[in-house]
Amino acid sequence: MAKRIEVVDLDVFYGSFKAVEGVSLTVEPRTVTSFIGPSGCGKSTVLRTLNRMHEVIPGAYCQGSIGLDGVDLYGAGVDPVAVRRLVGMVFQRPNPFPSMSIYDNVASGLRLNGVKNKKVLDETVERSLRSANLWNEVKDRLGKAGTGLSGGQQQRLCIARAIAVQPEVLLMDEPCSALDPISTLAIEDLIQELKESYTVVIVTHNMQQAARVSDRTAFFNLAAQGEPGKLIEIGATEKIFSNPDEKSTEDYITGRFG
Amino acid sequence: MTTATESAQLALGKPSGRRAFTDKAMTALAYLAGAIAIVPLAWILFSVVQLGLPEVLSVAWWTQDLGGTTDRRAGGGALAAIVGTLEIGLITALVAVPIGVFGAIFLIEYARGTRWSRVVSFMVDILSGIPSIVAALFVYALLITILGTGRSTVAAALALVLLMLPVVLRSTEEMLKLVPDSLREASYALGVPKWRTIVSIVIPTAFSGIATGIVLGLARVMGETAPLLILVAAARNLNLSPLSDTMSTLPTMINTGRDVAETLPGYGRVWGAAFTLILIVMGLNLLARGIARASRLKER
Repeated sequence: MAKRIEVVDLDVFYGSFKAVEGVSLTVEPRTVTSFIGPSGCGKSTVLRTLNRMHEVIPGAYCQGSIGLDGVDLYGAGVDPVAVRRLVGMVFQRPNPFPSMSIYDNVASGLRLNGVKNKKVLDETVERSLRSANLWNEVKDRLGKAGTGLSGGQQQRLCIARAIAVQPEVLLMDEPCSALDPISTLAIEDLIQELKESYTVVIVTHNMQQAARVSDRTAFFNLAAQGEPGKLIEIGATEKIFSNPDEKSTEDYITGRFG
Repeated sequence: MTTATESAQLALGKPSGRRAFTDKAMTALAYLAGAIAIVPLAWILFSVVQLGLPEVLSVAWWTQDLGGTTDRRAGGGALAAIVGTLEIGLITALVAVPIGVFGAIFLIEYARGTRWSRVVSFMVDILSGIPSIVAALFVYALLITILGTGRSTVAAALALVLLMLPVVLRSTEEMLKLVPDSLREASYALGVPKWRTIVSIVIPTAFSGIATGIVLGLARVMGETAPLLILVAAARNLNLSPLSDTMSTLPTMINTGRDVAETLPGYGRVWGAAFTLILIVMGLNLLARGIARASRLKER
């Protein structure tokens, strides 16, 4: 479990528009790395290239290489579906499947990949919901619709669904931006527990959140609207927030812009 | 201070004069328009129920065909026509539903935003506007004039397919569009292949809407008459073979009996057939509502 991600010279495009240019960074296993930066700087875009979700958008593609423990995710013969089984994702808005119960939502990743054994499914559902700190709240109503839960519970349900397939890496795209402070705290605590087994990459607009949850922080910025976003610097979170190398990072962190 | 309060109260009083008159007049007009719209509907329904109910209430109506009877002789029932209408509806649905649903899946899930999908959508829009008699003549020209197959129930059903297909395809398309992309992405992110995402996530999410569209499409073609008149001969006997050139249906039963004198038994049968047709179409509409409601309950 948990693998190292190495991004080298990544350029990301939407059709003819170059959204991100020249990103190189390394994400260590069993750490939390946060991506921060102003809107439109390409941090979510880079995140989505890490499990080949970027190319789901028509016309979108990228250049450069992304290695997962040395295997190039964009190499010839690599199946994007197989990549996504290794690199799971949690989205900005909670998106449980409305046609499924709580149980079925968590079991969906396994079921849709062909697992039918009831015992395996039962165990996976309980383990995943416990890992997502949701088990005690929903154990008596596993058959009820997942969409009937509160926003924070729905997001934890989505995290349980993502970790049920036991990915190596978990990507989170602003997972708390639609949640209230209490639910946000629950998710942040959860991220701390998840990093014991997974490599976590989180995109956030909330700099306090990046400071609280992450070991390393990457700051992205763009020169102007319409220009491609770039990685300005990446380093230990304490260093980025106290003594960054770049002036623009310090300006952003201290609230002088963005 | 006191005067200010008084004048404020005056200003807040009910409208009077011109404004009050306009309000009353428009309200009256709206009620009148509503009433005028309802009157013909109520009248038709009342006539059909009043004249058709006695026939529909008899057991023979549902269990016997019209073989051995004439317009002058009482007895028999609409079994042949009911079976024929349901049979044609079934054949139509068997052809139109797969093509419509799979076509919509192709347009939304695979070809969305491409030139090809815009061309197909445009064609479907045109198809949904063609009158039933044109569909019937097209099938007549193709099957009977060119291929020489002769008239048959299947030919009539194929003309109805042309009318039902755009309804099913268009409504399925709209329902698939309503499924948020975030659900598709959530499924992809679990390592689920695209086809499996469509089968297990997209279709179940849109199921009630798709089913409702199918049932409403079927209700729309059940009462169509022109293709039946042109493509299959009316009959009085029960006949199950879809390849036979005669088939009794409710619309053609109404048509053949439309000039029967009021005093003859055949007169009541026409109203009975009309009432039965309304019952079938209404049943389909209720079914569509039931499907929509059942799936809404599950979401709670």
